[in-house]
Amino acid sequence: MTTPLSHIRNFSIIAHIDHGKSTLADRLIQFTGGLTAREMSAQVLDNMDIEKERGITIKAQTVRLKYTAKDGETYELNLMDTPGHVDFAYEVSRSLAACEGALLVVDAAQGVEAQTLANVYQSIEHDHEIVPVINKIDLPAADVDKVKAEIEDIIGLPADDAVLASAKSGIGIEECLEAIVTKIPPPKGDAAAPLLAMLVDSWYDPYLGVVILVRVVDGVLKKGQQIKFMQAGTTHLIDRVGCFTPKREELTEIGPGEIGFITAQIKDVAQARVGDTVTDAKKPAAAPLPGFKEVQPVVFCGLFPTDANDFEKLRESIQKLRLNDASFSFEMESSAALGFGFRCGFLGLLHLEIIQERLSREYDLDLITTAPSVVYKLKLSHTKNEAAKEIELHNPADMPDPNRIDEIEEPWIEAVIYVPDDYLGPILKLCQDRRGIQKNLTYVGGRAQITYELPLNEVVFDFYDRLKSISRGYASFDYHQIGHRPGDLVKMSILVNNEPVDALSMIVHRGSAESRGRGMCERLKDLIPRHMFKIPIQAAIGGKVIARETIAALRKDVTAKCYGGDATRKKKLLEKQKEGKKRMREYGNVNIPQEAFIAALRMGDDA
Amino acid sequence: MAEPLALYVHWPFCVSKCPYCDFNSHVRESVDQQVWRAALLADLRHEAMLLPGRAVSSIFFGGGTPSLMPPATVAAVIAEAAALWGLTDDCEITLEANPNSVEVAAFADLAAAGVNRVSIGVQSFDPQVLEFLGRAHSGDEARRAIAAAQTCFPRASFDLIYARPGQGLADWEKELRAALAFGTGHLSLYQLTIEPGTRFATLAAKGELVIPDGDAAADLFDATQALTRAAGLPRYEVSNHARPGEESRHNLTYWRYGDYAGVGPGAHGRRTGQATERHKKPENFVAAVERNGYGIKGESDLPAHERATEAMLMGLRLNEGIDLRRVEARSGLGREAFVDAGAVARLTHQGLMRAAGDRLAVTDAGILLLDSILSEVVKTH
Repeated sequence: MTTPLSHIRNFSIIAHIDHGKSTLADRLIQFTGGLTAREMSAQVLDNMDIEKERGITIKAQTVRLKYTAKDGETYELNLMDTPGHVDFAYEVSRSLAACEGALLVVDAAQGVEAQTLANVYQSIEHDHEIVPVINKIDLPAADVDKVKAEIEDIIGLPADDAVLASAKSGIGIEECLEAIVTKIPPPKGDAAAPLLAMLVDSWYDPYLGVVILVRVVDGVLKKGQQIKFMQAGTTHLIDRVGCFTPKREELTEIGPGEIGFITAQIKDVAQARVGDTVTDAKKPAAAPLPGFKEVQPVVFCGLFPTDANDFEKLRESIQKLRLNDASFSFEMESSAALGFGFRCGFLGLLHLEIIQERLSREYDLDLITTAPSVVYKLKLSHTKNEAAKEIELHNPADMPDPNRIDEIEEPWIEAVIYVPDDYLGPILKLCQDRRGIQKNLTYVGGRAQITYELPLNEVVFDFYDRLKSISRGYASFDYHQIGHRPGDLVKMSILVNNEPVDALSMIVHRGSAESRGRGMCERLKDLIPRHMFKIPIQAAIGGKVIARETIAALRKDVTAKCYGGDATRKKKLLEKQKEGKKRMREYGNVNIPQEAFIAALRMGDDA
Repeated sequence: MAEPLALYVHWPFCVSKCPYCDFNSHVRESVDQQVWRAALLADLRHEAMLLPGRAVSSIFFGGGTPSLMPPATVAAVIAEAAALWGLTDDCEITLEANPNSVEVAAFADLAAAGVNRVSIGVQSFDPQVLEFLGRAHSGDEARRAIAAAQTCFPRASFDLIYARPGQGLADWEKELRAALAFGTGHLSLYQLTIEPGTRFATLAAKGELVIPDGDAAADLFDATQALTRAAGLPRYEVSNHARPGEESRHNLTYWRYGDYAGVGPGAHGRRTGQATERHKKPENFVAAVERNGYGIKGESDLPAHERATEAMLMGLRLNEGIDLRRVEARSGLGREAFVDAGAVARLTHQGLMRAAGDRLAVTDAGILLLDSILSEVVKTH
């Protein structure tokens, strides 16, 4: 039995990080009885530890709620919890496409943020009915009127009817549910038409295999049905149909307008790509749903095990993670400094951090991450044996002979920064320093909205950290890619004791090469311990040294007293010293501690 | 014929604990001299039973403050060793002494007991420094003690601690010149080291004590080498200087990785491939001797590679370096098992080591980097 369209409401929650999205979702579940108080663990929807700790959502989740409204009718409310970060913009857009409306949660003290804006605009693009919810109204710093004015001025939504809530204290929860029923329109669809369903998200479950989240548009999905993925072209037999309440519940079918899950004995998430269209294999729909997009990694970096013996473990762990996240790519890489590892591609910096953190946390791996790099397009002139061609470069270490490079193109983004105007000056300077081109600057209330075009290369280093520190955390930032543009880019190598350290090479703009190089050399000087000989550290472009530091030779490292009773202790000390050396990488006879790689790479310049 | 044996006797008591010292020393209101004499002799007899057929070539009374030992106890230990093993003709018998007047008064009796060499813990002649180092003697007492030792004993040595907080090059050179002027045949010159678990370590952790950095300490070390060489007392070990022939034969046994018996609280010994350790705490030691007839806390057979490692890290402290054939014989391993030839080649090229035939040594340029050198040259497993 499927629910009639008139009694279904599909909605998402839009919020900036920390504005209380997950807490509100939890309250809605609790109020409608999806879970008893005893079953509630804080923030039910964010399953992964990282999601809970960072307060972010990585995978889309849905919950089907049964709510008996004040009109006496019982409604099926499907809450779609979407990833909130720009790195997962495509997943967000698919989740939004599965809904007819959204709750816009705004923190009563902090007001509208750039990320909120980006998601609201997306939601508006999907013709969603948006219900503003002003959350945390019981905070001392809450200013409901100001936030209402912001919602009207900045977003352009009427805010008079905004629900006033405090998810934490349980205020305004029923009002939210009523607003969902009365304001958000029911979905449209035709149960008799051929099956047409959107693949909203997929993940790997060790017991069920790949679980696929779907939104049915037309037709009905049933257990035992032979289905076809229209983009992938593969067919599968559905062995399970169900929904989450948030507990997993099996159903017999999912009808038009409904959101639920299916399993079909699929082993690899890469086979169930977000945005694909699910149809009946025997009676297929005429055309797939619009909007499918192949997701491409935009940021790359090398991941190497700290202990070379962990390589196999890293390979297995990456493979397992990939089962659950088709959006990151990996291939084997070997570095003279770091040994064997993987070159991995990510949707963005947060995605990179999340994968790195999950590898270290869930798989107990100690990793070295090389400097993040973007995808460059290189135009190469012809050689005696090879015609002119265009290649993509993911790794500075693979940079071809500069003489063959006619042109390098780098990816650019359009960034929207939203910041209290006290911090405007330094932020404009930061953007200018990073080769930004200002496109727009508007003031709303005490805040400025700045639009800049920036090379992604300048952002992947530490732009976000700098932005946060300059604005004391008040600036928010959102971006999308706007294509590749030619740039005056060079490969900068770092030489330690006259040997290039491949893991430290990077592609930089010629104009900032010198300051980058100097910063890198200075940092390495402090990070590499003194050795028994002096060590030159140089930054070079091609054969030309652009910055140089020298680590003076170590002069004293000796135990003053060592007699008969000290042999045992001294021996243990020596063993410990040797153990410590194993944790370093030897390069040109120089032992570089892991921390040095990490610290040198973590930061791009010294602004 | 087995090599001669060195005998170490530990006297664990001090009048007070110095803030830099991490040796096994203890302050007790009273010491039952009869009990201690009996305990040391019993422990000695046990060691002699396990190491038969060896002649003793040196005895070293260390501590603690062995100059607080009743001379009669010292005499009894020497006599017992002579009876159990026999002493070589030129047996070197050293006792560590503090320069306090009370202890100096016993010098003649100690000499009569058989002690033929003293090593005096002078540390400094500067009253402020002596106070900082927690020493109970004055500069004058130190000078008088050295003079008395030179009169009472055939051989005398004393210790100084340098590279102290705020110590400049000129200050140290002046102090060292004064020390060399006594004309002793031996000097131990230690750079101040902050040892974990000492009062100085606590102060250093709080930032209240800052010792000269490696570069400043290296400058002081270089000045030390120049002055001692000019005075005819070149360095023969990292911190030890002697007129040729006046080296501490007892300590040379440690550095050449010979056998030594160690008796008394906390004493370590090496009985050809076997390591021994005595109970550290004086009361535990005495109780163990009363219970078992000896003070051993642990005995373990050292695996071959550990023997080689110890021989290397002790032997490379010496100017003469190590005899690789000897280490091979003592460990039963080929040299490739314990020496990294690549590292030796590299360090020799750098001028930090010298290698000739079976001899391997650290040069003057390298000695201050010995610990770094060992970590490259010694193959541990």
